[in-house]
Amino acid sequence: MNLEEYKGVFVFAQQVDNELSGIALELVGKGKDLAKDLGTEVTAVLIGSQVKGLCTELAEYGADRIIVVDDPELKEYRTEPYAHALAEVIRKYKPEIMLIGATAIGRDLGPRVSARIHTGLTADCTQLDIGDFPINPVPGKEQKHNQLLMTRPAFGGNTIATIACPDFRPQMATVRPGVMQKAPRVEGAQAVIEEFNPGFTPDNKYVEILEIVKAVSDIEDIMDAKILVSGGRGVGSPENFKLLEDLADAVGGTVSCSRAVVDAGWKPKALQVGQTGKTVRPHVYFAVGISGAIQHLAGMEESDIIIAINKDETAPIFDVADYGVVGDLNKIVPMLTEKIKEAKAQK
Amino acid sequence: MDFVLDKKHEMARQLFKEFAEKEVKPLAQEVDETEEFPRVTVDKMVKAGFMGIPVPKEYGGQGCDPLTYTMCVEELSKVCGTTGVIVSAHTSLCCDPIMTFGTEEQKQKYLVPLAKGEKLGAFGLTEPGAGTDAQGQQTKAVLDGDEWVLNGSKCFITNGKEADVYVIFAVTGMVEKRGRMQKEISAFIVEKGTPGFTFGTKEKKMGIRGSSTYELIFQDCRIPKENLLGQQGKGFNIAMHTLDGGRIGIASQALGIAEGALESTIAYVKERKQFGRAIAAFQNTQFQLADMATKVQAAQLLVYKAAVAKATQKSYSVEAAMAKLYAAEVAMEVTTKAVQLHGGYGYTREYEVERMMRDAKITEIYEGTSEVQRMVISSALLK
Amino acid sequence: MKIVVCIKQVPDTKGGVKFNPDGTLDRSAMLAIMNPDDKAGLEAALRLKDQYGAEVTVITMGLPKAEEVLREAMAMGADKGILVTDRVLGGADTWATSQTLAGAIRNLEYDLIITGRQAIDGDTAQVGPQLSEHLNIPVISYAQNIKIDGDSVIVERQYDDRYHVLKAKMPCLITALAELNEPRYMTPGGIFDAYDAEITVWGRANLVDTLDSNLGLKGSPTQIAKASDKVRKGAGEKVVLDPAESVDYIMDKLLTKHVI
Repeated sequence: MNLEEYKGVFVFAQQVDNELSGIALELVGKGKDLAKDLGTEVTAVLIGSQVKGLCTELAEYGADRIIVVDDPELKEYRTEPYAHALAEVIRKYKPEIMLIGATAIGRDLGPRVSARIHTGLTADCTQLDIGDFPINPVPGKEQKHNQLLMTRPAFGGNTIATIACPDFRPQMATVRPGVMQKAPRVEGAQAVIEEFNPGFTPDNKYVEILEIVKAVSDIEDIMDAKILVSGGRGVGSPENFKLLEDLADAVGGTVSCSRAVVDAGWKPKALQVGQTGKTVRPHVYFAVGISGAIQHLAGMEESDIIIAINKDETAPIFDVADYGVVGDLNKIVPMLTEKIKEAKAQK
Repeated sequence: MDFVLDKKHEMARQLFKEFAEKEVKPLAQEVDETEEFPRVTVDKMVKAGFMGIPVPKEYGGQGCDPLTYTMCVEELSKVCGTTGVIVSAHTSLCCDPIMTFGTEEQKQKYLVPLAKGEKLGAFGLTEPGAGTDAQGQQTKAVLDGDEWVLNGSKCFITNGKEADVYVIFAVTGMVEKRGRMQKEISAFIVEKGTPGFTFGTKEKKMGIRGSSTYELIFQDCRIPKENLLGQQGKGFNIAMHTLDGGRIGIASQALGIAEGALESTIAYVKERKQFGRAIAAFQNTQFQLADMATKVQAAQLLVYKAAVAKATQKSYSVEAAMAKLYAAEVAMEVTTKAVQLHGGYGYTREYEVERMMRDAKITEIYEGTSEVQRMVISSALLK
Repeated sequence: MKIVVCIKQVPDTKGGVKFNPDGTLDRSAMLAIMNPDDKAGLEAALRLKDQYGAEVTVITMGLPKAEEVLREAMAMGADKGILVTDRVLGGADTWATSQTLAGAIRNLEYDLIITGRQAIDGDTAQVGPQLSEHLNIPVISYAQNIKIDGDSVIVERQYDDRYHVLKAKMPCLITALAELNEPRYMTPGGIFDAYDAEITVWGRANLVDTLDSNLGLKGSPTQIAKASDKVRKGAGEKVVLDPAESVDYIMDKLLTKHVI
């Protein structure tokens, strides 16, 4: 493998129902930073059916170039035609970096593609940097420059590891949604658009979609919320979540929850914060009756302000809370809701 | 001599522990409060194969040894004394006598569904006037054609109303023994739903409150002749043999309760602060815990020894009696100390040691009181 | 039907992890368990066995000690256990691991391969899809519900806001989520049988069509540059007040931080 042949930062611009996923723009934003460090460009790879209309948005959010693979076989996400499309793009264009969102789609597509083209893949990254590998010089070992250093939590968020892929290209990573920042939108920005179709011949690996069932819900995406009022097992019952909903209404926030609450069937999975749920970084995160298992902390500790209310003063949530209140949520939360309403009414 | 469990027993313990923590512990307080039989838990234990652990596979059981069964009752009782005794009464007092004394037909008809857990078992020996003194039996069985006709009542029967199959003892005549006329006792298998077999009052108990403890009433209850268990007139031997095994079950229950109280207390004293430091830092606490742990360990060794003896020896009455005597008294002592170390909180129902202390008491009483165990042990010594 | 289930022995991260003084993970201080997603995969296989009749083979790659999870799987109802263990396999990343498993599984007949979505130590979710690629069979990740229909499987595959009902021809690989089901307990008798059973042990020599250059640390494209204990931001203030004062305290913070 001639590593020198591989150039440019590529990102997989995930779209669903002809709508770009948030992660697509986040990756373009991050890809732009990395490309700047490497003195190269960021290329978005857009795969789907009749998706060319999305190029404008990708360009305005910073993509220098867009490779569009457009084919009727790609209408709905399926592992095989998408893996084929992306693998062929990589074979043809030889990027040095390939970023994919660590979504339900990306974490299926990424490993299949990395296995096909024989390169390493680092999962669920929360930080990406350009640097040297080994980080510090090691006698007798070549220190390579301009490597992608991929940082990710492991062991349920207990440890973090930085991974490199020095001898294979592209350096591939899936990136956790909600962690990287979009670049500011520049109206009218243009990108070079290239169309590419490697041809699709269904084989045994093409699965048949019998039915698509969309979850009917008006659930707000907790990853977009500026204020989250999050409840844990300590809330006690599904009915008692009313207290949190009232507080969320008063303060202008959204309700989310811990895994225990989802496991108990009190709230849907879409509201779950944490390692196996969503990573959130709101301005304010109220942790109400949440003990703060490490898997939960991994999903919310980047919040700007964390306010914890818990009756157990030894709860680990207090280790990350900016403001911790030891006490009974059943008494504190309703009073707080009233006070906030009063304060807002006075304004 | 090897005091280390082998890998399969270690894994079995892990299984029982995990099951107890996940399925039994969350319900323990509620089972005690409501005094309701934990049918949901029993159903789960059936699926997991806990209802026929020492019964051979060809009779629907798990084909494990008494030690595995002992550990099951122990781990269940660590978190819930009620659940422990349900398994113990079913296995030791109903499966075991049918296994040991039943005919092949009886085993196929009753043991197989019992060991699979499709049916729950119980054992009726005790009567209002015949507890420790088995000779005080009043329940009678008279052969009438092809049927035995039972009349009388049994009391304090564990799994009472919830069981499907009952091993019942009744007087079938008088025999001369050492120049004295004595009651001839025989054992029978009685199915729930047999006409003439009804339930009396439910006992309101101090502890093991979710266990279904009932009076059984027999009024002209006719059962098939072939439901005689063992030979006619051998009922007393069957009862004594069965209780030897039962005592290992109750010893395991007592051991589990003591262990549960000890664990709970160790956690509590590390958290609870008085005079600015955890009460675990006080020497009194430390010494109390040391005594508790030592006695629990001694009890465990006696109980496991009895379980191994059941598998390897013809007679294990003394081992079983010692295990039950000691484990029950340790359970009472350790739970009492556990409440004391919890202070005022230990006396409230918010803390499980309160329940454990109430649950512990029965282990000194049923399946032979501590006094009976001392009789068994001393009579073997002075033989 | 023949089902192969890939399982992994992992340290139990529930309740935190333990570290050696030098900052590396102290695996010996943590309980080793069957990875939860894998256990759900095994349960799914055992349900197919109950429903349709199947032979379930569990396979794991790891240290000799990993035999424990094979016994556990057999105590739950799996029919055979295969341990793939060899010094040259150590230090493998997901690429090398999936190469190894593929090399081992090429020895077996199978209609279905089930893996857990991800292991709780690595959280990568990569080995399943990579394995399917090496074996050139379809993959369905994140399975919620699995049914057999003739020579095909019908699987509900979960996405963020929807699920697809997919049909794939067997042989096929499915990755299972812990949420898929509630795994059964072992049975006491199953444990006794599992310890009496033979476990097949395979080493490097048993791997079919596998290059040395794709195995172990040497065959791993990714390399660790740095590993460390997660640095958390320190705790802030913690107050114990009566409810009214607590509310005033929070209000004060919300106002000074201009939240309201």
